[in-house]
Amino acid sequence: MKLTVWTYEGPPHVGAMRVATGMEGLHYILHAPQGDTYADLLFTMIERRGKRPPVTYTTFQARDLGSDTARLFADAARAAHDRFRPEAIIVGASCTAELIQDDPGGLAEALGLPCPVIPLDLPSYQRKENFGADETFLQIVRHLARPMPRTERVSCNILGPTALGFRHRDDLAEIAALLEEMGIEVNMAGPMGARPADIARMGAAHFNVLLYPETAESAARHCEKTFGQPWTRTIPIGVAATRAFVEEVATLAGTALRPDESRLRQPWWAASVDSTYLTGKRVFLFGDATHVIAAARIAATEIGFEVVGMGCYNREQARPLRAAAKEYGLEALITDDYLEVEAAIAALQPELILGTQMERHIGKRLGIPCAVISAPVHVQDFPARHSPQMGFEGANVIFDTWVHPLVMGLEEHLLHMFRDDFEFHDAAGPSHHGGHAPRPMQMTDSPAEGAGAALAAAAAEAGSMPGAAALSPDTIVWLSDAERELKKIPFFVRGKARRNTETFALSKGLAEISIDTLYEAKAHYAR
Amino acid sequence: MTATGCRDLPVLRERGQREVFCGLTGIIWLHRKMQDAFFLVVGSRTCAHLLQSAAGVMIFAEPRFGTAILEEKDLAGLADAQAELDREVDRLIARRPDIRQLFLVGSCPSEVIKLDLSKASERLSARHAPHVRVLNYSGSGIETTFTQGEDACLAAMVPALPATQARELMLVGALPDVVEDQALALLAALGIGPVRVLPARRSGDTPAVGPNTVFALTQPFLGETRAALMRRGARPIDAPFPFGEEGTTLWLRAVADEFGVPADLFEAVTAAPRARARKAIAAAAEILRDRTVFFFPDSQLEVPLARFLARECGMRPLEVGTPYLHRDILGPELDLLPPVPVLSEGQDVDLQLDRARAQRPDLTVCGLGLANPLESEGLATKWAIELVFTPVHFYEQAGDLAGLFARPLRRRALLDAPRMEAAE
Repeated sequence: MKLTVWTYEGPPHVGAMRVATGMEGLHYILHAPQGDTYADLLFTMIERRGKRPPVTYTTFQARDLGSDTARLFADAARAAHDRFRPEAIIVGASCTAELIQDDPGGLAEALGLPCPVIPLDLPSYQRKENFGADETFLQIVRHLARPMPRTERVSCNILGPTALGFRHRDDLAEIAALLEEMGIEVNMAGPMGARPADIARMGAAHFNVLLYPETAESAARHCEKTFGQPWTRTIPIGVAATRAFVEEVATLAGTALRPDESRLRQPWWAASVDSTYLTGKRVFLFGDATHVIAAARIAATEIGFEVVGMGCYNREQARPLRAAAKEYGLEALITDDYLEVEAAIAALQPELILGTQMERHIGKRLGIPCAVISAPVHVQDFPARHSPQMGFEGANVIFDTWVHPLVMGLEEHLLHMFRDDFEFHDAAGPSHHGGHAPRPMQMTDSPAEGAGAALAAAAAEAGSMPGAAALSPDTIVWLSDAERELKKIPFFVRGKARRNTETFALSKGLAEISIDTLYEAKAHYAR
Repeated sequence: MTATGCRDLPVLRERGQREVFCGLTGIIWLHRKMQDAFFLVVGSRTCAHLLQSAAGVMIFAEPRFGTAILEEKDLAGLADAQAELDREVDRLIARRPDIRQLFLVGSCPSEVIKLDLSKASERLSARHAPHVRVLNYSGSGIETTFTQGEDACLAAMVPALPATQARELMLVGALPDVVEDQALALLAALGIGPVRVLPARRSGDTPAVGPNTVFALTQPFLGETRAALMRRGARPIDAPFPFGEEGTTLWLRAVADEFGVPADLFEAVTAAPRARARKAIAAAAEILRDRTVFFFPDSQLEVPLARFLARECGMRPLEVGTPYLHRDILGPELDLLPPVPVLSEGQDVDLQLDRARAQRPDLTVCGLGLANPLESEGLATKWAIELVFTPVHFYEQAGDLAGLFARPLRRRALLDAPRMEAAE
């Protein structure tokens, strides 16, 4: 048993729903109790879909348990087939149905429905949403795709985009266009947008482009083994990664055509003088491993931030993430406990968080700006406009998105100069953001205050968070003149200044912090 | 009244796929209402995911609920699961010393594996007494639908309420504080008191119950709680529910009659707020008049709300669906509701959608899973969950309640495109 407040991933059947809802002509019969239909709102509300997810829930109740839940399943499956006439059906159980062991796969097969029926085995008490999506897509490919001759023109399949994915819709459009410019035909893209009939033709492609290892790596490996299709390892997020992806694809396709780079603006935006203020800003990254690894590279080498911490919630991809963290001299934080993530952020006091919906709230609590780079995300992260993360337009979008939460360059200086101005004081927050000034700094100033920080502190004390235990602000006294001087430092660097000064004082064995200590620390950390 | 009402109307009972929340969802408002309580769901990752999806971002700040997620090893042996639960509760109470009441909330998986939470709550209560009282109830989807979770929670509190011989009025149901204060002010002006509230905002204010207690439900979904209070000797005051000007007046009058409040005092106290409520409703009613409305089952508020919309806003209900029709509680409401073509209980969502599509109501009241799909088919919808999360009871909210239904229609009139292009 493990106490959880918020979760990064849903249960595995929600992963299966992401596959089914992304596809056309597929139906999911889910053996599940009343209430599990809540998952529909993820798609209809958060992603604003105008169609119900293609899922039939058997909706068993307590009184059915003693009698015949298996017949309930059979009736629901037959009725769903008659009503929706899908090209293929996937069947499975949610966590509760798994316990009653009705064997939905066997029951559905016994019905003899006139379409392929694909049983799913998704262990709800061991695995999570990404596994569910990856495994479901693998089973669909396994059951439907058959070896066949390659297309005449060089072609590929695009693997990975699902419903409810972070910018999957736009990434798919971006990468499909890029491949077209390189003279490569897209044979099938899925699960999102594919029909079962399209899956059946997957074997005709010359190679596979894997966009999201979290949801489709197993399918890519299956196709390599079964159809001899090689697959791309580079994730095209960021300028350098997109160029490397282009070269990898060109080698697989044997093409000399290269995509047009004239719409790529990010390198100049990062190089132009206004961006000087971005230099060395300390960032913390958290999300799924694929997006975090890509974002760390962009942060460090394409924007010029300093990566001070990174981690992921999906243990399946922990190994590559650990390796990437090592490149920045960091120990990766692998956890699905958001309290641990909050404790790590509170201890590191970054100037920017690049994370998920969860980190956005941590940032709000700690008064640290945050941009979203990974699922799980909320309704505001499904924009109306084309807003990819991948490819050259993705690089442009990322620059804009990450810079937006920060105070702009000259404004930073003006806040230093006129910090007591009654209208233009630092508690007002970045001037291009309306309505939500960062809270006064008491949260970051004394981690014991506020429930969130208290939880974070408790998690840190429990020793679950590497690095957090090294800080012991309780033992250090700020002299009042030093405290006043600290308040003169603008809000967006104050937390860092406090932490640096305390770390410096601890390293010098000081019990008190004076103005001198503050400025000695400033000189010590000068960059 | 009975002759024109719906009390004797045949009920269409259906079963099939239900597009409703389970009882765990009630935690989202209960944990805000009871400020020193913590709700610990003993369940699966699905339960945790439901709570965070249904809650959205509204309460991310400081949740007083959590899920003890059952893992493979808990399912292997039950003795083990009890020990694991003790450990997690010890940890939780150590970390949150402000907790005075802890609810262990059963879920579908904990019910199916027959994890005995009443045994656990007795054991944990003894262990953490007197600082923390541990109670348990089931919010599982196999036993409860949406608002039934609040009913199960309050019913679980009743046996533990202290005994009293005092003649007191108890209001039963979790209302937003602002609404509760208005209700208490009205009752005080009528000279009725002392008035107790279940659930209390803080455990120190927990009401007592006894043979001289009379109680009035403020929500129609509290059937188990009503029965539990009656077992403690308390007597219910049955009335229509305080939605709209009429509902509020009838509810207050039933209470006033019980306490022998003179008619002129009742008139003096209620005249001004009644007039305000009527005026506020009138603005929205202009938009709602003669429009048709179709209720999918959701919160058990459907019958009182249909009554309000029909009688005070001039709407025409086509179908009033409710997850569960409690006749003892809803009798006075059914008497008032003008005959409706279909009164349905339970759900087969595909068949019900067929009926809604065939009738094309002007407004469809439904859950979040159905709202956007119906909007993209050109049907205006009202999310039912907002009716549970928004202050809508009593006089001063009557206009807001009407406004919640009018807004989707006003919005459609403002957006000139007749049919929005929905995402696929």
